[in-house]
Amino acid sequence: MKKKFLKIAVALMLVASVFAFAACGGGDEAETIKIGVFGPLSGEVASYGTAVVDSVKLAVEEINAAGGVDGKMIEIFDYDTKADKAEAVNIYNRLKDQDEVVAIIGGTISGETLAVKELAIADNMPMLTPTATSADVTIGAPSIFRACFLDPYQGSAAAAFSIESLEAKSVAVLYNSDDAYSEGIAEAYKAAVEEAGLEVVYYDAYTSDVKDFNTYLTQIKSANPDVIFLPDYYNRVGLIATQMRDLGIEQTAVGVDGWDSVEIDYAEQVEGYYFVNHFAKDDPDAIVQNFIATFKENYDKDPNALGALGYDATYIMVEAIKNAGSTDAQAIIDALAEVEYTGVTGPISFNDEGDADNKNIAIIKIVDGKHVLEEKISAK
Amino acid sequence: MIFIQQMINGLQIGSIYAVIALGYTMVYGIIKLINFAHGEVMMMGAYFAFLAASAGMPVWAVFLISMVGSALLGMAIERVAYKPLREAPRISALITAIGMSLFLQNLALVIFKADPKVMPRIIPTTPINIGSIQISNITIITFTVSVVFMILLTFFISKTKPGKAMRAVSEDKEAATLMGINANSTITLTFAIGSALAALGGILYALAYTQVAPTLGVLPGLKAFVAAVLGGIGIIPGAMIGGFILGFVETFAKAYISGRWADAIVFGILILVLSVKPTGILGKNVREKV
Repeated sequence: MKKKFLKIAVALMLVASVFAFAACGGGDEAETIKIGVFGPLSGEVASYGTAVVDSVKLAVEEINAAGGVDGKMIEIFDYDTKADKAEAVNIYNRLKDQDEVVAIIGGTISGETLAVKELAIADNMPMLTPTATSADVTIGAPSIFRACFLDPYQGSAAAAFSIESLEAKSVAVLYNSDDAYSEGIAEAYKAAVEEAGLEVVYYDAYTSDVKDFNTYLTQIKSANPDVIFLPDYYNRVGLIATQMRDLGIEQTAVGVDGWDSVEIDYAEQVEGYYFVNHFAKDDPDAIVQNFIATFKENYDKDPNALGALGYDATYIMVEAIKNAGSTDAQAIIDALAEVEYTGVTGPISFNDEGDADNKNIAIIKIVDGKHVLEEKISAK
Repeated sequence: MIFIQQMINGLQIGSIYAVIALGYTMVYGIIKLINFAHGEVMMMGAYFAFLAASAGMPVWAVFLISMVGSALLGMAIERVAYKPLREAPRISALITAIGMSLFLQNLALVIFKADPKVMPRIIPTTPINIGSIQISNITIITFTVSVVFMILLTFFISKTKPGKAMRAVSEDKEAATLMGINANSTITLTFAIGSALAALGGILYALAYTQVAPTLGVLPGLKAFVAAVLGGIGIIPGAMIGGFILGFVETFAKAYISGRWADAIVFGILILVLSVKPTGILGKNVREKV
């Protein structure tokens, strides 16, 4: 008898809990707008994913504090892909089926974004990647948008800066042949300077495991270019810059957005060098300074360009949802295509492919270990 | 002029390869084991140096701590991983060595994390001008320190008692034991010296290229192994010659052919030499006594 009673009690409790959850779920749907975000939060490129997710959360906090979207709060679901493509697919499915998000900000790196590209197309999921630079990400994907500029674009911007502002007559290019990012930018840069009639006196590549650059740099030194172009990420650039200084190479070097953070460990070595970036930390624009100040307040460190892009992407997505007037996928996508927004990284609107084609490019000079805005190249 | 400058670059990297190759060749000479964990001992040596340098110790203390620490590590590896397998088939010991290499690499990954650490510049760098050639003082220091240690090692092996014991054990372990040589402690000593040399390579590498990472030892380790085989594994002068040849070939391939081809050329030369002279440059064609 007692046992039977217990069984019934348990059964009743289970039934009740189902109702409770259902009610809870229903309530949430009415009150919040769910947005997913993913990126590598652990592993070798953890700093990229962390920068994006931190900034997305910061933006959402601000938006919610200001009243959300028509009184509805934004709810963020963030996941760690560990830079793993299979993991990214699992996360995408979880965001769509379990968390029932209406839109996704991500992925952070190109590989994981490409991994979920076909799924997002099939589901017509509104997706805005803040930072994936590979051209493929948005090609043939009507529901995918991108907030940053593409690799060839920054390659030609760096070339324009070398030609016009540095008045270079000859350049040397040293890139990483293991990395599509580095190689893509190197090719774009080379094509642009050759078209302008400059001489490329040195063009060679190393592989990812190379630590000794003396050999390359000795050749570059004797070729005597006006500018040395180094499209790679900050750790390796620090290494190359150190060896450049040791060899007494006095020419200036020009770099790309992967250089962001190089000044943390190599301030002395990269002093006076230039690189292309998405925003400048010393830009007097209020929106930039506000972003830097609040980011610092919340996370106790300076934001990098990836963070700035994540922050902008969040505001753009929210703006689109607001304009769409509903959380219907097609309505959000249509609104994204029309959106015009000016953020930390400048004015952003999307072309037919879904790329931000009129982005500002900031040329940063490293002075006393700090980013100094040298020049702002506005959209062509 | 630029040719001479590139030769100096080749000398620098070659002398690091040579120092590391010495450890490979000494261990192989004495217990016929290719110690694949050698590159990782080099990496640990670089981390020891990084820790000592970060603590603000003077240059001599950085070298001493790193080399002694690595010598102890090498002795521990020998005791734990290789000694129990001394009578086992050679392939077992080889696989243990590969396992040890992976273990040390992952240990460093757990302790020091994946992002490269920046080695403090304990020796201030100043470019030195010789005629129209400008080279870094680090290059000269690297070359000088390695050559001094190579001379010391050669002297130790040919003139001192423990050195003679080492040669005796490597020639015939049983006979050496019968003559009253303690083979076990001689083998331990070999590991200690080899590991200290690996650490020296690691310090010089970290000084020259300023970054210390858990994967630091992989490629130099492999190249040094190639150098040891090229010169004739088990033969000490062979390791030095092999190291310098490798350094020159790599540098000239990068400078005059293409950076992308450098490694392919280096390993291609290994295949070529081994197909013509399987025992290496200084190797003698002695039939192995089994």
